[in-house]
Amino acid sequence: MSVAAQTTASLDGRLAGSDLASRSRFDFERLIGAVLMLLAFSALTGLTVITAFIFKEGLPIIAKIGFGRFIFSSEWYPLEKPPAFGIFPMIVGSLAVTLGAMVIGVVFGLGCAILLTQFCSPRVVSIIKPAIELLAGIPSVVYGFIGVAILVPAIRDHLGGPGLSVLACSIVLGIMCLPTVTSISVDALQSVPRTYAEGSIALGATEWQTTYMVMLRAARPGIVAAVILGMGRAVGETMAVIMVAGNTLDIPRSILDPVRTLTSNIALEMGYAHGDHRKALFATGVVLFVIIMVLNSIALAVSRRRAGRKVLAK
Amino acid sequence: MFRDWSGSKAGAINVIGSTSVMPFAEMLAQEFNGRAPAYEAHVQGGGSTVGVQATLDGIADVGMCSRSLKSDEAQTLNPIAIAYDGLAIVVHPTNPVDNLTRTQVRQMFAGEITNWKEVGGPDMPIRLIVREESSGTREAFMTLIMGKSRVSRKAINQDSNGAIKEIVKDDPNAIGFMSLGLVTGELKSLKIDGVVPSHDNVMNKTYPLVRPFLFITKGPPTDHAKPFIEYVLSPHAQEVLEKEGLVRVR
Repeated sequence: MSVAAQTTASLDGRLAGSDLASRSRFDFERLIGAVLMLLAFSALTGLTVITAFIFKEGLPIIAKIGFGRFIFSSEWYPLEKPPAFGIFPMIVGSLAVTLGAMVIGVVFGLGCAILLTQFCSPRVVSIIKPAIELLAGIPSVVYGFIGVAILVPAIRDHLGGPGLSVLACSIVLGIMCLPTVTSISVDALQSVPRTYAEGSIALGATEWQTTYMVMLRAARPGIVAAVILGMGRAVGETMAVIMVAGNTLDIPRSILDPVRTLTSNIALEMGYAHGDHRKALFATGVVLFVIIMVLNSIALAVSRRRAGRKVLAK
Repeated sequence: MFRDWSGSKAGAINVIGSTSVMPFAEMLAQEFNGRAPAYEAHVQGGGSTVGVQATLDGIADVGMCSRSLKSDEAQTLNPIAIAYDGLAIVVHPTNPVDNLTRTQVRQMFAGEITNWKEVGGPDMPIRLIVREESSGTREAFMTLIMGKSRVSRKAINQDSNGAIKEIVKDDPNAIGFMSLGLVTGELKSLKIDGVVPSHDNVMNKTYPLVRPFLFITKGPPTDHAKPFIEYVLSPHAQEVLEKEGLVRVR
């Protein structure tokens, strides 16, 4: 019997029978309920405060510069007089590295998920799956450092360009979002009812045909959610990106060109920015926030649809 | 239990600012603190602009700045030159180019000259490596070389002298700028207008790219910051700075 249970039991014994006992116990339960509620809402408060703060700091400057000019101008000269704040190259940069990361993350992550759920023994799964999940525990600065030390010189020597590039960034981010993509895809594939696969095999389909035509199709909403959450991870990453991206102000024309993302723009300049420059960095944060919220909402909507479908299937 | 970062209370002299001045200030602070002074010096980086801002806000007792103060800053702040430093234009050691004029350097960083063959080198694209906007080294480079020209949009931005060194030593096409005191044998620093960036040439100011390393205070130095500033200007500390590749002020 656990300590908590013992205490409750002895309390019950002592107080049994009296009106007071049931009332005080009721009050105690309510108190616990209220404390837990408070804790839960304090997490929500954090989100609300952060959201309110970046919008309060960021929106006025977007209004002052003009939404179109802020988003679509390529002129970012924050320290000149008058300053110019246009984040178009950073938006393109963030999208480019995210797209690249997803190509890598999806190919490897989904491949891995298919292998783990369809084609290998539980023993192998018990080795590979924790190993991939361990990737999530490596600090991002370590990814960045390995990127700078190994990947960047390799790209410069073998493919040309400065090495610090969209490609280097995509590879690093692709590896970083593997755990997200893989583990959510595995869950999605595992939640497809066994009867689907059995039925398909019974109809004479091979294992690959079953995987490709039945399992992947049935698990599609879950896999889409995995990809979108992976994208959210890639868009938001900062430290590793600063180290391998090169941070130029120019719009990249090839995957070997260096690039600056929304996150690295904020982190590079936040330390010293003041006045309108600081507000423009908050406005960059607003754009990033909106992008990530949209991605997460899509992921949520897609996985809700999937949950709904599962209920129907039952 | 908590370290005191406020700086206003007794115990610490907060020295904040330029990452170019920081390694030298840290070295001196270590020696200074070893003498068990009443107030110990705590050195932090952040960049010259951070140093100026922190001094204005009263967070730093002493700010570090690797450029001359701008006119609006000079009205409220008191600069104390602690040393002079050359600004080295660095390239990969295998680069055959030895000498550039200031105009050539400006045209390169402005993106008007884009191939090494235009300045007598091999037929290779020029890759520009610059510091981020807050950097005092970048600010000094802008004043000494660029004038009103903008740095090319294609330039790669890095946030420390170390990162610049890391890239230039591996990339045969690269050109960057950094503190002369921090250049090591892995890099080649170019002659500017025919003058070698040597210690002597910085001292007698024949090398054109020289900037001051400043300590800045808001008004006259406070009583507890004074001993550290005096120590840094002492003949012994100046000798240490000189040994580390800077040029002494006294």
